[in-house]
Amino acid sequence: MDLIRIKNVEKKYRNGVTAIYDLNLAIEKGSFVFVIGGSGSGKSTLIKMLYREEKPTKGQVIVGGLDVAKLKNKKVYKLRRKLGIVFQDYRLLPKQTVYENVAFALECIGEKKDIIRTKVLKALEDVGLKNKVHNYPDQLSGGEQQRVAIARAIVNDPKLLLCDEPTGNLDPEKSMEIMKVLEDINKMRGTTIIMATHDKEIVNKMKKQVITLKDGHLVKFKQKGTYVE
Amino acid sequence: MKLFRMLGRSIRDAIKSVIRNFSLSLASISCITITLIIVAIAIIASYNVQNFTKEIERDMTIVVFLENGIEQEDIDDVEKELKSIKNVDKYTFQSKQEVKKQMQEESEVFNTVLENWDDDESPLKDTFQVKVKNVEQLSATAKKIEKVDHVSVVRYGSGMVDKMVTAFNSVEKITFGIVIALVVVTVFLIINTIKLTISARRREISIMRLVGASNFTIKTPFIIEGMILGIFGSIVPILITMYGYLAFYKHFEGHLYSQLIELIKPEPFIYQTSIIILLIGIIVGMIGSASAVRKYLKV
Repeated sequence: MDLIRIKNVEKKYRNGVTAIYDLNLAIEKGSFVFVIGGSGSGKSTLIKMLYREEKPTKGQVIVGGLDVAKLKNKKVYKLRRKLGIVFQDYRLLPKQTVYENVAFALECIGEKKDIIRTKVLKALEDVGLKNKVHNYPDQLSGGEQQRVAIARAIVNDPKLLLCDEPTGNLDPEKSMEIMKVLEDINKMRGTTIIMATHDKEIVNKMKKQVITLKDGHLVKFKQKGTYVE
Repeated sequence: MKLFRMLGRSIRDAIKSVIRNFSLSLASISCITITLIIVAIAIIASYNVQNFTKEIERDMTIVVFLENGIEQEDIDDVEKELKSIKNVDKYTFQSKQEVKKQMQEESEVFNTVLENWDDDESPLKDTFQVKVKNVEQLSATAKKIEKVDHVSVVRYGSGMVDKMVTAFNSVEKITFGIVIALVVVTVFLIINTIKLTISARRREISIMRLVGASNFTIKTPFIIEGMILGIFGSIVPILITMYGYLAFYKHFEGHLYSQLIELIKPEPFIYQTSIIILLIGIIVGMIGSASAVRKYLKV
């Protein structure tokens, strides 16, 4: 079954730049998809449309049966609760501990304290940071901070995990650690993962589905693809 | 249940955030404090002016002197005429005998002088003492009464008192305007100060939005924080109102310069003013943070 369906989508920014031209895509539940392309290819715009940071100018973006384009600003939170998002710059709260940062996602949606505790510890265990719960972000390495961000993104058991260049700030070794974590999440939890990246090595090693964008056009959608420019 | 849990969390987060962002909180609190002090002074001044204008107005009487040797029938006619004048609120009749008695009681000198006059000789006249509804039309009403038959002379608050009332009325309006203007200015100042606080926490808000917090969930802690800032900001102005006004009242022994200008008694006035100050503080804090946070809620 398709978790995401994108039909005839075009995205034109207010400054007149068109980031995506007539895009059609279907992504199956439980898949692991790379979105690749150079800068300005539209991969970040595609990710942003999936979590409704940007609205498509034309067409439909359907995530888990919800037409994201028609979603009102006030109701965006309903979509966000169904998905997890990871960024290149981690976006952690510096004055809160690892535990608090992950728990924050559940507190915001009014979850009960004991459920928060169980879920947070499980998520931190999944990313291998159970021994760092009381540390603050600045006491962690970049890779560890990104793992906290991943734990925060999956703590709510989302169907979909969106990653926008999650390894962009990390060295190859740490990047592979992150990829291992993401692959485990994909396998163990069955979470659909869509990851925008321009890291050739990762894409080639992982052998997952690859969507290639160039100047806003879909060039290729390959099962078990590699990075082709 | 969930709502209470969220509300409890919001209150906890708000208190935490006031403490964590202490220097910015202090900036907002001082801003609220200073403006509320001025608002408090303006309120106290405005109410006092209002009070003694009313006091003076209450004392404003038109004294209608009737012709000498007037008959009871004619007195009744004058009374009817008075009744028909719209601005007349109340009136009392005082016969010359009563006037004489009153004067005798008031002063030893009058007592001996008046003792020797009988009713026919007496230069005193029967009078009506008229209170009006609207003091600003006092002179117009007096002129109307003057034209009534059998009325000899009409006396009313001399020119100075008349002018004083008009002056006080405008002072009252001006102070009221100042209070309103100050409240508006405070709201703007607080919006800006809280905007600073919030812009320092843009990241937190953007993360809240990313993890699926509803606008209500994001706004509530900030609004509660605004309330807390408002409450802290009104502490000093309230203390100044309570102890300051009490000291002021005691120092002037309840009257400003002359017996004419009477100050409002401190109790319950200072409590009422304090509550108004507290409410202004809370509301202004809430409005300030609500409008400041809204900027960051647009997707």
